[in-house]
Amino acid sequence: MTPGDTILKVNDLTKRFGGLVAVNGLSFDVQEHEVMGIIGPNGSGKSTTMNLISGALKATSGSIVLEGHDLTPLPPHKIARFGVARTFQLVRILPQLTVIENVVAGAAFAHKPRWGAEAESFAAALLDRLELGDKKDLGIGSLTYIDQKRLELARALAAEPEILLLDEWLAGLNPSELQIGIELIANLRREGRTIILVEHVMDAIRSLCDRCIVMNSGVKIAEGTPADVLSDPDVIRAYLGDD
Amino acid sequence: MTSAETGKLALGAVCVLAAASAPFFSDGYWLSIATTAMMYIALSTSWALFSGPTHLIALSTGAFFGIGGYLVGSGMSDYDQGFWTMALIAPLVATVLALLIGLATLRLKGVYFVIFTLGLSEMIRNLVSWVQNNFLGSRGLYVLTDFTEAHIYWMLLTVAAVVFFSGWWVNRSRLGFALRIIGNDEEVARHVGINTAWSKVILFMTTGFFAALVGAIVAPRYSYIEPNVVFSPQLSFLVVIMALLGGVHRLWGPLLGVIPFTLIWEAITISFPASTTLFLGLTFLLIVYLIPNGFVGAFETVTGRIRK
Amino acid sequence: MDILISGLLLGGTYALMAMGLNLQYGVARIMNLANGEMLVLGGLAAFWLFTTAAVSPLLTAFVVAPLAFAGNWLIYRYLLLPLVRRAKSTGQLEVDSILATFGMSFALVGIMVSIHGEYFTYSYLADPFSILGSTVALNRFIAFLAAAAIGFALYYWLNHTYAGTAVRAVSVSTEAAGLVGINVDKVSAMAFALGGAVTAVGGTLISTFITLDASVGVIFTMKALIIMIMGGVGDIRGAVIAALILGLVETAVATIIDPGLTLASAYVIFLAVLLFRPQGLFGRRSS
Repeated sequence: MTPGDTILKVNDLTKRFGGLVAVNGLSFDVQEHEVMGIIGPNGSGKSTTMNLISGALKATSGSIVLEGHDLTPLPPHKIARFGVARTFQLVRILPQLTVIENVVAGAAFAHKPRWGAEAESFAAALLDRLELGDKKDLGIGSLTYIDQKRLELARALAAEPEILLLDEWLAGLNPSELQIGIELIANLRREGRTIILVEHVMDAIRSLCDRCIVMNSGVKIAEGTPADVLSDPDVIRAYLGDD
Repeated sequence: MTSAETGKLALGAVCVLAAASAPFFSDGYWLSIATTAMMYIALSTSWALFSGPTHLIALSTGAFFGIGGYLVGSGMSDYDQGFWTMALIAPLVATVLALLIGLATLRLKGVYFVIFTLGLSEMIRNLVSWVQNNFLGSRGLYVLTDFTEAHIYWMLLTVAAVVFFSGWWVNRSRLGFALRIIGNDEEVARHVGINTAWSKVILFMTTGFFAALVGAIVAPRYSYIEPNVVFSPQLSFLVVIMALLGGVHRLWGPLLGVIPFTLIWEAITISFPASTTLFLGLTFLLIVYLIPNGFVGAFETVTGRIRK
Repeated sequence: MDILISGLLLGGTYALMAMGLNLQYGVARIMNLANGEMLVLGGLAAFWLFTTAAVSPLLTAFVVAPLAFAGNWLIYRYLLLPLVRRAKSTGQLEVDSILATFGMSFALVGIMVSIHGEYFTYSYLADPFSILGSTVALNRFIAFLAAAAIGFALYYWLNHTYAGTAVRAVSVSTEAAGLVGINVDKVSAMAFALGGAVTAVGGTLISTFITLDASVGVIFTMKALIIMIMGGVGDIRGAVIAALILGLVETAVATIIDPGLTLASAYVIFLAVLLFRPQGLFGRRSS
């Protein structure tokens, strides 16, 4: 699907932790139906940016605007109700809930809340699509790592988000799981979902992203298609050092 | 509503009717024990509504219970109010107090909440005694009513039934589900759109409401109300221990803790009054080390093994 | 002025017990609600040795310290470490340790009641002593000096020795400390034991000027917790200042308004801290 109107505007976003500036004057836009990647070396501020958008962290200055709503001062639950859903860098599943309850958790309080039988059938359909349908009534203990990742994704999708944040969702998968994972996100892209993904896996960036921004030391150093930015000398220097 | 749920409600109604007939079969000593047990059933079950899913050990029962008893005493003795008026006002006051405490402490780390509630009844008792001694004169507070023990028993049974019904209703509501998610992972709860602070505060208010209501209903049993008696920190601990002993992840868990514990507690208070504190401590240790999910948890583990 | 002096002296001994709790929660990550009972045990030892063998409480402190260290080490090793190991999350450990230490607290109260159910009344160095124009009891002053000496020794040990650095490393991050080769279990056990010993010695000192009884421990636990939260978890200087503030406020309220309101005044401070500076007086607001 071709990208549509601008849905998310990040403007001059800055986050300080004491003396450390983790994100420094970052600005970018995300269009509807677009998959945008944020890449950069470790510690460059990618995850901090995700946490600022989802409200896990409060910005020191700057603004984040989703479809005209200023998200910057809001707590995470209000941001979620405006249609931002996310997965976490270290997978976070609700351990005492069953698989399907984990998905209903994503649907029940979101910006298009579903509850009761409707939420159950909606969640069951999502699980079927992510090939977890036969495990829906099991506990979490029986899930493999990639199944946990899928479940976390299902929980985020259950919110029917306007924008989906995937924070290193592919990290830790083995090569064959990685192919499954990339295919899954590619499907989401074909459905026309708007996604920001932070990723270290360059194959995934190349095949999945319409556009990406590159961060280094909290600053955006490049923006463009994956092919363009990955051949940008500044980007190569940021990854490999000056030598 | 599914047929299983209708069945559960019907079963609950039968249990309530059976319990309601108790005063016709026993009186005196056993009725008094049954009344005490009924009081703890209402208190522990409502305590578990909040503390069960959130894992926040609220030690405020004594404070809210005391507010119930003290307001009834004070209203009837000092201001010539009727019992029913005060029994209505007291829970509302406690609910407002729970709201304030909840807003101040529940948005912070859980342990701050636990610590704050730990000394709460002691502090309120100090304040009330001070106000009474310095401004109201130390007149005694008498609660004189026509209620017999059976009346109090029935009132407590009604409260317990309402607590069970609310618990059943909350558990199938989005609020109850939100609380379970919060208990699992508060960060995730916030990110799926749950206002975690308010969800906790609302349930905490419910707990405060019922504790004060029970305190108000039990007040006629004491006849003479003294701050030192009604604001009892020990009550908070007894409620916690009975609920945990039974198991807090099922609505009827606390009930299974209250009945044996009340009987044993009664026996120990009579035979070894000096050892009650030691017994309380050992029961806590027993729960933590041997039956962390209470009787219900232990039972479910055993049946789970048999089924496999 | 009288209020200032006796408030500061009281605060000095409060600081000691709060330091004990701080070591246990900040390093070993156990919210020890039996801390107050440890303090009362220290007082009971002083009372018992003084009344039966006329041993000076200052000497008793030297007996109490190693015994409390050993006792707390055993408690950590055999009762609390299993909880640390079985906990799947910090939340679960917190609940378990709160319940377990409640259990210990009640069990200790029960045992102490059976040893001596009355007040631990004895009189040691209750002579008047003049300082800066105010008259205070000598025992308060001595207790303050001893508390200050122990506090400084602890501060020095934490900041200027190898073992102390290991303790501080564990308090910052158990994971990182483990990665650089620190035996986290051992350091935690040591910090817990040390914290217990410091608190018990604090109890020995306090018992010279405050009459304790078997069931009063929970009040001291409350105060230590309030001081720790006010000063910031893991912050020894913060704890000292918070303890002095609490000592001053309590003394002022007790003298000017009513001694029955000391706990209420501590609570008002607590509430103010929770509302305005939940990260502690000197803590940096974390995100």
